[in-house]
Amino acid sequence: RGQQRSYSSGNSLVTMIPGDGIGPEISSAVKQIFSVAGVPIEWEDVDVTPVKGPDGNFRLPQKIFESMDKTKVGLKGPLATPIGKGHQSLNLALRKAFTLYANVRPCKSIEGFETPYKNVDIVTIRENTEGEYSGIEHTIVDGVVQSIKLITEQASMRVAEYAFKYARDNQRSTVTAVHKANIMRMSDGLFLKCCRDVAARNKDIKFSEMYLDTVCLNLVQDPASFDVLVMPNLYGDILSDLCAGLIGGLGVTPSGNIGEDGAIFESVHGTAPDIAGEDKANPTALLLSSVMMLRYMELNSFADKIEAAAFNVIREGRVLTGDLGGSATCSQFTEEICQKVSES
Amino acid sequence: QAEACAKYGGRHTVTLMTGDGVGPELLSHVQEIFRYAGAPIDFEIVEINASTNTPDDMQNALLSVRRNGVSLKGNIETKFDDPSFKSMNVALRTSLNLFASVVKCKSIPGLKMRHGDVDCVLIRENTEGEYRQLEHENVGGVVESLKIITAEKSKKIARFAFDYATEYNRKKVTAIHKANIMKLGDGLFLQCCKEVAREYPDIEFNDLIIDNASMQMVSRPSQFDVLCMPNLYGNILSNIAAGLIGGAGVTAGMNIGDNYAVFESGTRNSGRSMKGKNIANPTGILFASCDMLEYLGHEAHAKMIRDSVMTVLSEKQIRTPDVGGSATTLDVVKAIIDDVKPKTSAWKAIQEHGS
Ligand SMILES: Nc1ncnc2c1ncn2[C@@H]1O[C@H](COP(=O)(O)OP(=O)(O)OP(=O)(O)O)[C@@H](O)[C@H]1O
Ligand SMILES: Nc1ncnc2c1ncn2[C@@H]1O[C@H](COP(=O)(O)OP(=O)(O)OP(=O)(O)O)[C@@H](O)[C@H]1O
Ligand SMILES: [Mg+2]
Ligand SMILES: [Mg+2]
Repeated sequence: RGQQRSYSSGNSLVTMIPGDGIGPEISSAVKQIFSVAGVPIEWEDVDVTPVKGPDGNFRLPQKIFESMDKTKVGLKGPLATPIGKGHQSLNLALRKAFTLYANVRPCKSIEGFETPYKNVDIVTIRENTEGEYSGIEHTIVDGVVQSIKLITEQASMRVAEYAFKYARDNQRSTVTAVHKANIMRMSDGLFLKCCRDVAARNKDIKFSEMYLDTVCLNLVQDPASFDVLVMPNLYGDILSDLCAGLIGGLGVTPSGNIGEDGAIFESVHGTAPDIAGEDKANPTALLLSSVMMLRYMELNSFADKIEAAAFNVIREGRVLTGDLGGSATCSQFTEEICQKVSES
Repeated sequence: QAEACAKYGGRHTVTLMTGDGVGPELLSHVQEIFRYAGAPIDFEIVEINASTNTPDDMQNALLSVRRNGVSLKGNIETKFDDPSFKSMNVALRTSLNLFASVVKCKSIPGLKMRHGDVDCVLIRENTEGEYRQLEHENVGGVVESLKIITAEKSKKIARFAFDYATEYNRKKVTAIHKANIMKLGDGLFLQCCKEVAREYPDIEFNDLIIDNASMQMVSRPSQFDVLCMPNLYGNILSNIAAGLIGGAGVTAGMNIGDNYAVFESGTRNSGRSMKGKNIANPTGILFASCDMLEYLGHEAHAKMIRDSVMTVLSEKQIRTPDVGGSATTLDVVKAIIDDVKPKTSAWKAIQEHGS
């Protein structure tokens, strides 16, 4: 990965998509913390509101392509998908535009924000381009629909390889492939075979395979026994949300979308229109996503510093936003993290 | 339905499919407890498992279930590394057209779990969707797998869910789907649920996307009442819910069709690793066998056995390791028999002396 060399010298440019609703508030919180931490990056803000093309269809503005071409890495707040016909979800459009083939979500129990599940430290890696999301469906006759789940060797190998790379880069010991090859013998069978092939070439990382249903059963009984999970699209969609539920929800769960030449990190929660503009939003999910981004850029010392500061503030529990059980504003919570960063 | 089942002199004959893993041992314990409880059931034992997989074995099993109407079953392992081997569990369900799977998940008093307030019923379409096993490799390295959703099956399962809710006095049915992505397939399922819901104005209806539902299930399970879903989502959510109440060892499941019913463990595991170790929890399969007794109209026997299983688990706290105890399977079975025995003698006395 040649692109990563440039990050460690001088200031790199990062694309920022502030997003809608609470997006601008939480992204400015992240910027504030980054500047106090002295992170050597500069932001390029881009608005991705779809623009009407000559053919009458709405599409992503040219600016985002230009920016990502330069930066190869982006941070993104929540986006509202315009309601109505002809509007594809913007998240999906971005995923397609930059071939973001793997979605990564680390879910780690946050000290001071208790849930019934202790010692969760799971990373879900989801194939992000095909599977049940192929979008190929037909009504065969009235009342009978077939939806095609598409599994290819190319996409399966790509995501499996990324899972092992992630495990190695992040000092993880085990990759577990989640599948349903007892029922979907050929499609999940192919996915599983790819995982096994890649595992055979990555013997330093332990490999195991488990049925989707057994994972569901054991995740709620003994979440601490899981490490890195890799799986096809739909299972990843479901298990990544389930794991987020174990640690307290989407408000504290970071996420990254890894592509062939670039990556976009994002908070996966919604735009929260009910509190937008009221300085009540919790910036943690976007901040932890930015921490993932820093690690991707090999700026680990800054990542560690910012992450520790955020976790300290939550552990101490004095200054917390409403969703974390406190009464602080977004600004006060951000200020407190900045304080911790500058002390460290 | 129960009237149509094989019955001689007040006794029902039930097909016992032994399965793999801990299936055979647990089912032998069920038989023993039934004997002590005087349950009016004769078992016709059909040895079926991953190594008896000829078409004849399958035909024999099907013939027996068709004759008797009802079966109690252990899970049959699927060897997914052998492409010629298709899931026999799925074949049984589709051949008998067992269109509904029902898994009841209710917190068990005395078992300390992360959530103490689970009480939901997971109703799952059991014959189509992702389990149709229509797959092919179009060109090398490109496989497509067809998920089939029909209006007929979707309406049938929705109606089953609402009828269930009505019969058991439940308040709400929630349809689970991913219609934002699978607009036609899951869209049709959701549409059918909505249509059927209109026929049941007394029961609240809502819907939830499967990923959100999974997150909700682990964080606030008490919000769920009856859930109605396509095949795969049912597999996912019933395993999550089973995990919340104590796991594979305590959860019962049933497969219901218009003509036949098959009862088994709720999470459909074979428990291969526990085989022969005398540590498997017999609770789930016993609850399944009580559901079977109820289905056949033997409510008193069902209640007697269920109460004894509960007493041993919740009050006497004689428990297998999977639910935090140190008892063996046989310890638990013996405790249940000890609890059942006095009930049956008192019962016999009442019957004999006609009080
Ligand atoms: N990053 C996000 N920003 C805004 N809304 C989001 C975001 N992610 C999810 N949502 C919203 O949350 C709800 C549930 O999300 P859902 O999981 O269906 O979509 P998704 O995560 O964007 O895509 P996928 O179905 O591939 O997971 C939807 O209303 C969706 O628009
Ligand atoms: N009767 C039981 N009592 C206690 N635990 C059980 C029982 N049956 C299954 N389990 C547990 O449930 C989990 C899943 O079971 P199992 O390994 O059989 O599932 P699986 O992965 O689906 O494999 P299989 O192909 O054997 O069904 C295991 O942790 C197992 O120990
Ligand atoms: Mg999702
Ligand atoms: Mg199994």
